[in-house]
Amino acid sequence: MQAEEKKVLVDVKDVTIQFGSRRHPFTAVDRASFQIYKGETFGLVGESGSGKTTIGRAIIRINPTVSGDIIYDGKKINGKISKELDREVTQKIQMIFQDPMASLNERAKVDYIVAEGLLNLPKKLSKEERQRQVSEALNSVGLLPEFASRFPHEFSGGQRQRIGIARAMVMRPEFIIADEPISALDVSIRAQVLNLMAKFQREFDLTYLFISHDLSVMRFICDRICVIHKGVLVELAETEELFAHPTHPYTQSLLSAIPMPDPVREKKKVLKVYDASSHDYSVHKPSWREIRPSHFVWANDPEFESYKN
Amino acid sequence: MEHISKDTILSVENLQVKFTLRGAVLNVIRGISLDIHRGESIAIVGESGSGKSVFTKTFLGMLDSNGYIDGGHVYFRTDDTGASESIVDLTTFQSEKEWLTIRGKQIAMVMQDPMTSLNPLKTIGHQLEETVLLHHDISKQEAHERAVQLLTDVGINEPERRCKQYPHEFSGGMRQRVVIAIALACDPRVLICDEPTTALDVTIQAQILQLIRNLQSKLNLTTIYITHDLGVVANVADRIAVMYAGDIIEVGGVEEIFYDARHPYTWALLSSLPQLGIKGEDLYSIAGTPPNLQMEIKGDAFAPRNPYALNIDFVERPPFFDVTPTHKVRTWLMDPRAPRQEPPEAVRRLAEGRL
Repeated sequence: MQAEEKKVLVDVKDVTIQFGSRRHPFTAVDRASFQIYKGETFGLVGESGSGKTTIGRAIIRINPTVSGDIIYDGKKINGKISKELDREVTQKIQMIFQDPMASLNERAKVDYIVAEGLLNLPKKLSKEERQRQVSEALNSVGLLPEFASRFPHEFSGGQRQRIGIARAMVMRPEFIIADEPISALDVSIRAQVLNLMAKFQREFDLTYLFISHDLSVMRFICDRICVIHKGVLVELAETEELFAHPTHPYTQSLLSAIPMPDPVREKKKVLKVYDASSHDYSVHKPSWREIRPSHFVWANDPEFESYKN
Repeated sequence: MEHISKDTILSVENLQVKFTLRGAVLNVIRGISLDIHRGESIAIVGESGSGKSVFTKTFLGMLDSNGYIDGGHVYFRTDDTGASESIVDLTTFQSEKEWLTIRGKQIAMVMQDPMTSLNPLKTIGHQLEETVLLHHDISKQEAHERAVQLLTDVGINEPERRCKQYPHEFSGGMRQRVVIAIALACDPRVLICDEPTTALDVTIQAQILQLIRNLQSKLNLTTIYITHDLGVVANVADRIAVMYAGDIIEVGGVEEIFYDARHPYTWALLSSLPQLGIKGEDLYSIAGTPPNLQMEIKGDAFAPRNPYALNIDFVERPPFFDVTPTHKVRTWLMDPRAPRQEPPEAVRRLAEGRL
């Protein structure tokens, strides 16, 4: 992708998300800022509880934000928005979930699950048109049309995840948030789902936000990766740049934990454990800085100097 | 039984396991033979439904009620007091009482999901002490000390305080450490880890694998890993057995499997790892689905999905060919009459160290 033609599709500006009561707030995401360009696959990586899913859910308007703006295609979509814009956003942004069993209505048949989004389109579709789109979507994810009359429990894990993808694709979205879409799947099925996602990206010029804890998968699929730790973004860079020059100690510990299918290299591997108390932010406050071209890191002044060397 | 060599702790001979399901019979394990050596760490790798969990459950008498052993032997070398070493055939066990001499005491198991294997209503300390008391004739005080010691061994800080806590107060990785501590409570000689890290984050996964590895050398454990992900076992396994449709199709040392795999199914498993993929290209994925186990499988079970399949693969089941004395593979491609096949590109790159 050329730098000059990059168009920002999603712009997350200083977003803070809190849970709990007003008196005892828990800050799940603290002033997160990043931009997702049109047509790219943007990875958000962190361990469980880091707030990576929370950000994804905030973009799709499930989690309310406390402060900051989320701009989608030039329009602010967090907080109070008009009904028309809400509808538009619901159609253009779709989500694929981690656990395909838990995210499908087990008492509904596949055709209803896939068609449900279409029922709420501003422009009412005829029944035939809906059915045609559903079978088209099922076909595009490699499921047979006769599967439409079955229930989710009749499918294997990989097939269920395909139903989840069909449900997202039937809305003809521009932007898909994929929250750990392959973590619950077998290795051989993972490849099929990743290939399917890549196919849709090529065909429909989709933009993905790929949320995962597994950097080995992200290296394969993502253009840029952002690392999040305990609700704070700590590093953001293009994928190969991040793997070549991991700067923040947390990123380094994540990279050191990647399992490699190479016994000789694995046996030489040194596991780095990240110690959050190694940062002393009492005097110098940290901020988001550019350490190399389009490579950002969360650091204070002395740290930034040491990272540079 | 005398033919079992001295360093073999578990010897499986032509094991067959069947399940009855709605009147039909499923051939889940189709004649597996495998020797597991004392103190080694072996990984059993396969897709879901390949029978890898069922295979190891026969070591513990934990088959579901509709499953039964239809043939073969599982010889286990017991070691009660050193001198009175004897070999028992686990397939002859009938009663729960017999199993209790093996299960937990000799062979212990760590399950995949640490939340479902712990009792949410009892403290961690209680659950550890309970296990210790069940198997040892000691006082409550001693059991408590042992519990604290076990928690220290698995790397849990402040064990005294943690003993009084409930499972929900632990993170996923910590819970898995507790489960490992419980498995080790009775000094087993064999530890079976069934997908021990699938439910965990990558960073925690690496720590847990390292912990098991350290405990293995410290306690001279024999460990059996069950996993679907070849990527995670490169570091922890000495040997790897690849399973497909209830049969071991390739077994060898870890470097032999990663750098010199011979079975097309092992190639397929390796090629589908994202770590070996090339960005922008499709990842290799195995076409089709695993065979229906109700049917009698003719020839090589992988043949219908195998792009390298020969005509004979559909007719006759391949025997084991020896690549090296430690590396055996069940594919007709190894037959001298077979055409020479180069492994796929991703596998070749791995072998040449060009990752």
